[in-house]
Amino acid sequence: MKIILKNVRLLNPEQKLNQNSDLLIVDGVITRIGTVAAGEAKDARVFELNNKYVVPGLFDMHVHLREPGREDEETVVTGCNSASAGGFTGLACMPNTSPAIDSAEIVSFIKEKARNHLVDVYPVGAVTMGRKGEALSPMAELSEAGVVAFSDDGCAVKNAKMLRLAFEYASMYRLPIIEHCEDESLEGGAMNEGVTSTFLGLPPMPSIAEDLVVMRDIMMAEYTGGKIHIAHISTKNSVEILRQAKKRGVNVTSEVTPHHFSLTEEALKTYDTNTKMNPPLRTRQDVEAILEGLKDGTIDAIASDHAPHSIEEKEMEFIYAPNGIVGLETELGLALSELLSKKILNMEELVEKMAINPRKILNIPVPKFAEGEIANLTIIDPEVVWTVDVKAFKSRSKNSPFDKRLLTGKALGVINRGKMFFDDKFFAI
Amino acid sequence: MPLSSRHLLGLQGVPREDIQLILDTAVTFREVLERPIKKVPTLQGKTVVNLFFENSTRTRISFELAQKRLSADTVNFSASTSSTKKGETFKDTVKNIEAMKVDMIVVRHASAGVPQFLTRISDAHVINAGDGAHEHPTQALLDMYSIREKFGRLEGLKVCIVGDISHSRVALSNIFGLRAMGAEVSLCGPATMIPREIEKLGVKVIYNIDQAIRENDVLNVLRIQLERQAGGLFPSLREYHNYFGITSERLEKNGKDIVILHPGPINRGVEISSEVADGPYQIILDQVTNGVAVRMAVLYLLGTLNKADGR
Ligand SMILES: [Zn+2]
Repeated sequence: MKIILKNVRLLNPEQKLNQNSDLLIVDGVITRIGTVAAGEAKDARVFELNNKYVVPGLFDMHVHLREPGREDEETVVTGCNSASAGGFTGLACMPNTSPAIDSAEIVSFIKEKARNHLVDVYPVGAVTMGRKGEALSPMAELSEAGVVAFSDDGCAVKNAKMLRLAFEYASMYRLPIIEHCEDESLEGGAMNEGVTSTFLGLPPMPSIAEDLVVMRDIMMAEYTGGKIHIAHISTKNSVEILRQAKKRGVNVTSEVTPHHFSLTEEALKTYDTNTKMNPPLRTRQDVEAILEGLKDGTIDAIASDHAPHSIEEKEMEFIYAPNGIVGLETELGLALSELLSKKILNMEELVEKMAINPRKILNIPVPKFAEGEIANLTIIDPEVVWTVDVKAFKSRSKNSPFDKRLLTGKALGVINRGKMFFDDKFFAI
Repeated sequence: MPLSSRHLLGLQGVPREDIQLILDTAVTFREVLERPIKKVPTLQGKTVVNLFFENSTRTRISFELAQKRLSADTVNFSASTSSTKKGETFKDTVKNIEAMKVDMIVVRHASAGVPQFLTRISDAHVINAGDGAHEHPTQALLDMYSIREKFGRLEGLKVCIVGDISHSRVALSNIFGLRAMGAEVSLCGPATMIPREIEKLGVKVIYNIDQAIRENDVLNVLRIQLERQAGGLFPSLREYHNYFGITSERLEKNGKDIVILHPGPINRGVEISSEVADGPYQIILDQVTNGVAVRMAVLYLLGTLNKADGR
């Protein structure tokens, strides 16, 4: 099958590519870049795109797919549908499933579920068995089964000794450790510590709980020569610690979630449990430091920490409600509204943080625009204004603090693995 | 003039006029409590549910008595929810009670924010009887009533709240209420029990109990939850008593007339010595009586609001 994307702005910073063009895609493969001749266009389906961006397919490196274990909240397939609708063609899924991703069987199980989907799914293996922090997972076996990183996400690797062993062992396979940085002895609160937590009477989560572990992990990575990726960075001090570490040449990267650059702890004043997350929403100063970190490259990637939860679980008393929000379908809209529109990042930088850097961190090839390459791309309209409606989410869960929010910019569609998602529909191309 | 809100969720942001109105109304009900027949027909035909997800016999009895003296129909509902317990969710419980057509809900819960949550899923007037470490507005109102009864005013008085401020809903409501009424508020307790950035609420922090006694007209002494010691927030009950406990020697040493409040129940020999708890400075039992009058005032003012009044 032939399709033509007519009049697109083809952008791939990795190839230093930024040009107006048409794209002819035959059976999922790019066969012409430039002007597509009338003859070639015969019996092709044509999409007139009026100068919309076409960029390498976006990649979210921090997604909770919930399968196996909580299929009532999300499955591999519904999560991938959600990713497609949000403009993503690839994702890495976190191992805090039930059972955890700590065996080759679970890795294969997830890959099998995703086999026919447009979205590439890369499992992240657990650092320790059952994420308990007591014994290393079979990292060699997991690596062979295809995991792209290790993480005990949900919590940090329990102690310094385990972390050291993990860095040493994982370095044999050149795989990074992704860390959820939170000191165990300081955990257990429900929101950021400060005057607002006092006002609201909610148990506090101090920012130092994150900073201490960011510091520990960076120093351990430096000591062992391991590769560390800091997940969902949220505090001003952590950004600064990271900036200094990068200056020293430590092998460290980091990601931030859209909620941590677009909301502050003020959002909790309604006690809406959709504002409860871990790390918690922080202060205006923290958000400003994060924006600065995105701008100067201290923060490499944007990732959703997509965390679906059932309505019954989220409609609970605040201290009992689980942490996290669904993120895949608002992520690009928030990045375009809060970063591109507000001139924090330009389009090239945004594509680097949402398509290129996540893949580089995980050693996954970055899609190229060249004749003969598989078409793996996202079509973006950075100007369209739309209203978030959780009821329209493809995700099985609806827990989002962004419902009814007006956003500027979204994905119009995605193409990957011979499939296209456009106009709310999947079809083979 | 009616209250400006159709709920009493806390004292944060409540205008001075509302607090004044509640305290003045309570004076009338306080007189009713001295009559041989302590009952008025004000809330006849209204139904009030006391929805207690946390055990608090004293607060519940005080509310229940206030409701009965106003001739309201009262139902008590004790339940427990948690993150792990299977069974009926909080929302289902409330929806069920709501279906029974109740006019007011008095709620006590271990999670901050539950009264706000309740206003979103129910049409009843909501009175917060304590939510987590957030607010306990009727306790603060009865504290203010008792102080005002003693001094004839609140404006310009210096009040120090002593104890575990971090885990106290009484402290926060008192801070908001007293400051709205023009009193000066300070806090005294071990640094491990004083929340970070609390000064931003416009209060002073004192770590020396003698200084707190010297500088203030009123001490509101909070109950020390014994499990806090297990959490390591202070070294021992003995050390707490020696450095923050209110004793008669301490009061004499600082040679000062002072009024002492305690929301109860008292840990004798921990935050307060028996001598002080039974002595001339305390007004602890007045607080209990005033509590009924203040709760009658709140129930009356909310229960008789017209539909159009308040937001
Ligand atoms: Zn995490």
